[in-house]
Amino acid sequence: MRPVRLADPAPSRLAYRAQRMWLTPAFRWLLRFGIPFGAITSLVVWAMAVEDRRIALYGWVEEMVREVQQRPEFMVTLLAIDGASSPVAAEIREVLPVNLPASSFDIDLKELRKVVADVPAVATADLRIKTGGVLEVAVREHSPAALWRGPEGLTILSRDGSPIGSIERRAQRADLPLLAGAGADEAVGQALDLIAAAEPFSDRIRGFRRMGERRWDVVLDRGQIIQLPEERPGAAIDRILTLDRAQDLLARDVAVLDFRNRDRATIRLNGSAVDALRAIRLIETGTAQP
Amino acid sequence: MMMDLYRTQRAMRTMRQAAIQRGVVAILDVGTSKIACLILRFDGEDVDRSEGIGGLAGQSSFRVIGAATTRSRGVELGESCALAETERAIRTAVQAAQKMANVRVDHCIACIAGGQPRSYGLAGAVEVEAEQVSEYDIARVLSAADMPDYGQDREILHAQPVNFAVDHRSGLIDPRAQIGNKLACDMHMLTVDRTAIQNLIHCIKRCDLELAGLASSAYAAGISSLVEDEQELGAACIDMGGGATGISIFIKKHMIYADSVRLGGDHVTQDVAKGLRVPINTAERMKTFNGGVVATGMDDRDLIEISADSGDWEKDRRTVTRAELIGIMRPRVEEILEDVRASLDAAGFDHLPSQQIVLTGGGSQIPGLDSLAARILGQQVRIGRPLRVQGLPQAATGAAFASAVGLALFAAHPQDEWWDFEMPADRYPARSLRRAVKWLKDNW
Repeated sequence: MRPVRLADPAPSRLAYRAQRMWLTPAFRWLLRFGIPFGAITSLVVWAMAVEDRRIALYGWVEEMVREVQQRPEFMVTLLAIDGASSPVAAEIREVLPVNLPASSFDIDLKELRKVVADVPAVATADLRIKTGGVLEVAVREHSPAALWRGPEGLTILSRDGSPIGSIERRAQRADLPLLAGAGADEAVGQALDLIAAAEPFSDRIRGFRRMGERRWDVVLDRGQIIQLPEERPGAAIDRILTLDRAQDLLARDVAVLDFRNRDRATIRLNGSAVDALRAIRLIETGTAQP
Repeated sequence: MMMDLYRTQRAMRTMRQAAIQRGVVAILDVGTSKIACLILRFDGEDVDRSEGIGGLAGQSSFRVIGAATTRSRGVELGESCALAETERAIRTAVQAAQKMANVRVDHCIACIAGGQPRSYGLAGAVEVEAEQVSEYDIARVLSAADMPDYGQDREILHAQPVNFAVDHRSGLIDPRAQIGNKLACDMHMLTVDRTAIQNLIHCIKRCDLELAGLASSAYAAGISSLVEDEQELGAACIDMGGGATGISIFIKKHMIYADSVRLGGDHVTQDVAKGLRVPINTAERMKTFNGGVVATGMDDRDLIEISADSGDWEKDRRTVTRAELIGIMRPRVEEILEDVRASLDAAGFDHLPSQQIVLTGGGSQIPGLDSLAARILGQQVRIGRPLRVQGLPQAATGAAFASAVGLALFAAHPQDEWWDFEMPADRYPARSLRRAVKWLKDNW
């Protein structure tokens, strides 16, 4: 009987070489990274070489993206406008280029904010998308400060002179002071300050008229006009008030009070007043013809 | 033929330098009983030579990162006799070591135990060309050494300049820049059987390894087992291997003689196997576990069971006393040591100032060997273990690994050999281009 052959403990030449190959760093790198990377790259290149597949892939990707964007979690269904009066809110609704419901991915808040801010009555606007699919527009309006009878009819102005709206008739906003004249909208603030200063005779003021785009005339009832200087018109008003208190100036039959020159105020009387004055003087001098 | 040797040795040296540059070298000790493979990593960083650390033998520059041993096959008397078997065994060892190191090695340094090494002492003398001795003079004096007729079938393994003398000053280690007229040199040359070397080289080549160095295993065992002052003052290292016992004599840190006795531990095992009629494996096991060379009264009562599986109950259940085993082993060990003694006597070991003898190798682990050796070899005998090197596994630190560790030291810190010096131009072949270059260099 032949003895049982024990297995040779030595590695075969092939196994030995294979092990040495495995221990070669470059070979290991190649097998771990090089070949898989190369295979994947070549597979992708091969697959994408066909135009139809490429288009199909793009279409599929687009479809997936749209599907995600159209999920109800991302949809905006309501438009909430805060801090705007109803005509302004209506106007904002009209100008906003959004057709609700829309995906929040499609809503460009910056663009919308610009649109809302361009509405004349809006001072500042903040837009955000709240949870629950609400597009909230927080608006601060300009407050109407004056009426201006300008070239485009009656315009409502804010304190800084920006137009807010227009109305047909003065009576619609009787609470606002009336301004007139070219360039009045650029000095609304000054006019309002003057109105405040002239508060004691405000019941007589009809309006303010801008003259030559540089100074104000105050138009009172009975056709009286106060001409204010270009510089420091408030001081002139104070003088008028003082004069009025001392001598009842405004109640007299005066046509024009010219305060344009600070050093020399001038008063123009009405025709009848001139006659009356002349008669009084003649009487005083004794030369009057009865 | 001289040129061939010069060229192959130089190629091997270049290869070794390249391997160290790459950082990984394999050490291959192809012995009769085992094949050991160590993988060294050269980091290139030396430990700083602070106080208390002397000159290290180069063992601080490398680290063992892989070690493997396998039972040797196809090797007898330190020579490969069945090349395919040997190749397989080398492959096993190298693969295991590579696996442990997790690195691929391409260069290996090997040693050969057999091949009937023969030592020659060579002497040469030349006139110094300039006033001072230059490297060129050293090369000339080495070339001028009278080459003995060592035989057609032999190969020079080592040719180391051992001693230089300038005029009447002898014992110079480095004669460069010495002033004198006459430079003389003693050289130790070791030749081995060409077939043995070619067989070994063939096996290594078949394992896809490049040979980066070749050394005698006796020499390697000597540089790892002898401590520094023993190498300096004079000592003999007896490397008791499996199939051959190597002898190397060192003085002034140079090997001056090497020989091998073609007897070893395997012969002891065979004696045990024959004497007790047991298989070789059992005999080897009995030798290593119960063996010895000095019997005491206790050993008569120490029964060793011989287990065998022949099927014959009477044969399988025998017991022998330890004294019997020792009685078989001792004559063979005595024979080995006596042969060693004869070899040492032939070398003139008695004339050395210090006669330290260091026993190493696997065979030196037999209990009681030191007292037996002292009786045969002289009083100054000790059992040596190889130098400790970084990273060597505990299992590979024994005396059996003396020549493997020595080879590692040899790789890290080789001694100057003849071929490390430039060959003088007049030794080149007549039509050599290099001679023309040399002439141009000298004259322009």
